[in-house]
Amino acid sequence: MAVLNEEQEMLRDMARGWVTNENPVAAWRKVRSEKPVEGYSADVWGTMGEMGWAGIVIPEQFGGSDFGWMSAGLVVEELGKTLTASPLVATTIAASAIVLGGSEEQKAKWLPKLATGEVVGTLAVDEGPRFTGTSTAKVEGGKLTGTKAFVHEAHGASLFVVAAADGLYLVEKGDGVSLSDRKLTDQRSHAEVTFTGAAADKLAGGGDTLLDDVLDRARILTAAEMLGMAQQVFDVTLDYLKQRVQFNQVLASFQALQHRMADLFGDLAMMRSAVEGGLEALDSGFGVARAATVAKAEANRVLHTMSREGIQLHGGIGMTDEYDVGFYLKRARVLESAWGSTSFLKNRFATLAGY
Amino acid sequence: MATLAEPKEATTDDAFREEVKAFLAENFPAELKGKGNALATVEGPTREGPAEKAWREAMGERGWGVPTWPKEYGGGGLSKAQARILQEEMAKAGAWNPIGGMGVMMFGPTLLEFGSEEQKREHIPAIARGEIRWCQGYSEPNAGSDLANLQTFAEDKGDHYLVNGQKTWTSGGQWADKCFAIVRTDRSDKHNGISFMLIDMKDPGVEVRPIQMISGMSPFCETFFTDVKVPKENLVGKEGQGWTIGKRLLQHERTNLSGGGGMARLMGASLGDIAKKYVETDDSGAIADKVLRDKIADFEIRWQSFLLTARRAVEESKAAGGVSEISSVLKKLGTKLGQERAELMIEIQGLQGLGWEGEGFSESELAGVRAWLFGKATTIYGGSTEIQNNIIAKRVLGMLDHQ
Repeated sequence: MAVLNEEQEMLRDMARGWVTNENPVAAWRKVRSEKPVEGYSADVWGTMGEMGWAGIVIPEQFGGSDFGWMSAGLVVEELGKTLTASPLVATTIAASAIVLGGSEEQKAKWLPKLATGEVVGTLAVDEGPRFTGTSTAKVEGGKLTGTKAFVHEAHGASLFVVAAADGLYLVEKGDGVSLSDRKLTDQRSHAEVTFTGAAADKLAGGGDTLLDDVLDRARILTAAEMLGMAQQVFDVTLDYLKQRVQFNQVLASFQALQHRMADLFGDLAMMRSAVEGGLEALDSGFGVARAATVAKAEANRVLHTMSREGIQLHGGIGMTDEYDVGFYLKRARVLESAWGSTSFLKNRFATLAGY
Repeated sequence: MATLAEPKEATTDDAFREEVKAFLAENFPAELKGKGNALATVEGPTREGPAEKAWREAMGERGWGVPTWPKEYGGGGLSKAQARILQEEMAKAGAWNPIGGMGVMMFGPTLLEFGSEEQKREHIPAIARGEIRWCQGYSEPNAGSDLANLQTFAEDKGDHYLVNGQKTWTSGGQWADKCFAIVRTDRSDKHNGISFMLIDMKDPGVEVRPIQMISGMSPFCETFFTDVKVPKENLVGKEGQGWTIGKRLLQHERTNLSGGGGMARLMGASLGDIAKKYVETDDSGAIADKVLRDKIADFEIRWQSFLLTARRAVEESKAAGGVSEISSVLKKLGTKLGQERAELMIEIQGLQGLGWEGEGFSESELAGVRAWLFGKATTIYGGSTEIQNNIIAKRVLGMLDHQ
C-alpha cells in the first residue's frame, strides 16, 4: 500500500465501508438477475455521483474535486473487490479526455455534468475484437461515420469519446448512433456502436499524443480495478484454504498450497507496486507512458494467474455459480483485453525503451 | 525501537548541502571516481591504497558511512532528509561510500537494537570507521534451511565460554576480523538453547578454509572452532535469546540481499540496450529477433515492478518504523529475477556469454559468467526461497504449520 495522505485515507476508508456494506458481491448478483439495460443499478450510480466520485480527476472550477489519480485509483480498487457494476472508470476516462484535449467551451459544457454523474461518458476506440490503437472512423463536415466494437458501458453512456483517423471526437447518443448488444462473459454493458453521420465535436487540444495520453489513463485506472479483483480473489481463496478440511486437516496446513499462496502473494505485491506506480506517474506527470504500460502489463499477468489459481485452489466448488470466484475469472479476461493485451503492451514497452 | 537515531536538525538543509559539497571537494580524491567499495563486498581481501585509506578515514571520522546511526557511537547522526542530501551530493561528485560490509548491513543495526551499552561502544564505532570486517557464523553442515538445528556448542566456563564446532558458508571468513555467531548453550531446547555471541577470528582455535565454488571463486569458507575461548562479555542479549536476535539480523540481511540496493546498481543497464550490441536490429532499431525481444520486454516489465516494490517496501517500513516480514517477499522476488536476468544475458550473448577465461572475451563478459554462477547462491543463502515461502505463508498469511 502506498503511503497515503489524510485525504486519500479518508476517501479509501469511505469507499471501503460503502462497498463492504452497500455493495457486496450479492449486489452484483442482483444486477445480474434484474438485467437493467445500463448494466448497473441507476441508484448505485446516483449515490456514487452524490459522493463526488465521478469528479475526482476533474478540476474544481468545473465541479470536480481534483483529488487526483491516486485517489481515483483507491476508489476504483475498492469497487473492483466486489465487482460493483458502475460506469465510474469509463466516465472518469471520458472526462480526462476532455480535461486534456477539450476547449474551454467543451469543458464548461461537459465536465460539470460528468462530475456529478448526470452524464455517463465512455471511450470508443477499438474497431475489432483486439485492441490495436488505430482507427478508420472518419469525420467529414462535422459528421462521424464508422463502427466501434465492444464499447464498454455503451448502454448507459450518453456521451462517447470516439477515436477517428484524425483524432478524438465527442459524440452524443442520438441521431446517427445505434447500438448492437455484445453480451460478454462478464455480463456487463458492451455494445458495437455504429455511427452514421453522427454530429461530432473535435477535441482539438492536447497535441499529437492525446489519444495515447487518454489510453494511458484508461490502462492505469483499469489496472486499479483489476488490482481490487486480484486482491479479493487472493483473500477469498486464502480464507477458503483456512476453512476447508481434507485428510482431517485444513488445506492451509499443506506446504504445497502454502508455497503457491506465497508465490501469488509475491505477484500481488508486484502488481500493487506497478498499479500504484502508474497512479503516481499520472499525478506527477512524469514517465506516464512507461508507467501505464508496466501497470497494465503487470495487472494482466497477475490477475490472469490469480483468477486461474483462485478456481483451482477452491476445487470443484470454485466452478459453481454459487461461489463468487468464477465471476472474477469472467471479468478478468475482458479487462485483460481492454486497451492493450499483454502482447501489445510488451511490444509497446520495448518500443518505448528503444529496442 | 532504538536502532536508528532520531537526530536533531542542527542545520537547515541548504546549509547542510553546502557543508557536504565543501567536505567532498576537500576530501574525495578525484582518482577514486567511479571505483567501488572493497569493504562492501565479500569476494576479496581489502585492497586499500593511500587514497582509499584517506577517503575512508575522512568519511569515518564524520560517521557519514553510516549516516543515520547515532552520533554517540560514531554514526553520522543525520536525519533521513540529510542522509538523502549526502547521498545525492556524493552521486553528483562520483563519490562512493567507503564504509560497508556485513557490519554495516546486518550486524550494526542488530547490535544497536540488542547490544549492551559497553558492546555498542566497543563495536559500533569501529564499524562506522570501516576498520573491522565482520563475518556471519550461522550455517553448519547439518543446519542449513533447518538453521535452528545448529550444534556448535559454547560451554559455560565461568568467566568465558569454550566454543567447539563447525560453521560453513562463512562469507568472507578468510578476510574477516570478527564473527557474529549463533551457537548452542543448551542442548535440551532447540530454539531457546541458542545464544548470539561475538568471536574474534584471530583467536587460537579458529581455522578458516575457503570453499571453491562452481563460479571458480571462493567467497565462502568453512570455519572450525576448537576450544576457542570467548569472554562472557561477548554474549549479546541473554543466553537463549540467540534465535530471536539472529532472526532479526536475517531480516536486515534479506532486505539487502533482495537487490533493492546493490543488485539494482549492478543491473542498471537495460537488457534491451545490451542486446542491441549483440544481436541484429531492424531498420527501426528494434531487435530483429521478435521472440527474443518479447522475452526481454517480459523480463524488464517485471523487473520494473520489482524495483517499484523495493521502493514501496522502503517507504512503508519507514512509515511503520523498521524492517518487516515484507523482506521475505523482496528476497524471494529479487533473487529469482536476478537469476532470470543472468540466464537471459547468456541467451542474448550466445557462447560469447559463456567465456570462462582467457582471450576473446571482454572483462565484463567474463565477470558476467562468474556472476551468473555465483548468482545461483542467492536463492539458497540468507534463507532459501523455500524457507521464505514458509515464512510468508505462516507469518504473513497466517497459514498453519505444515509440521
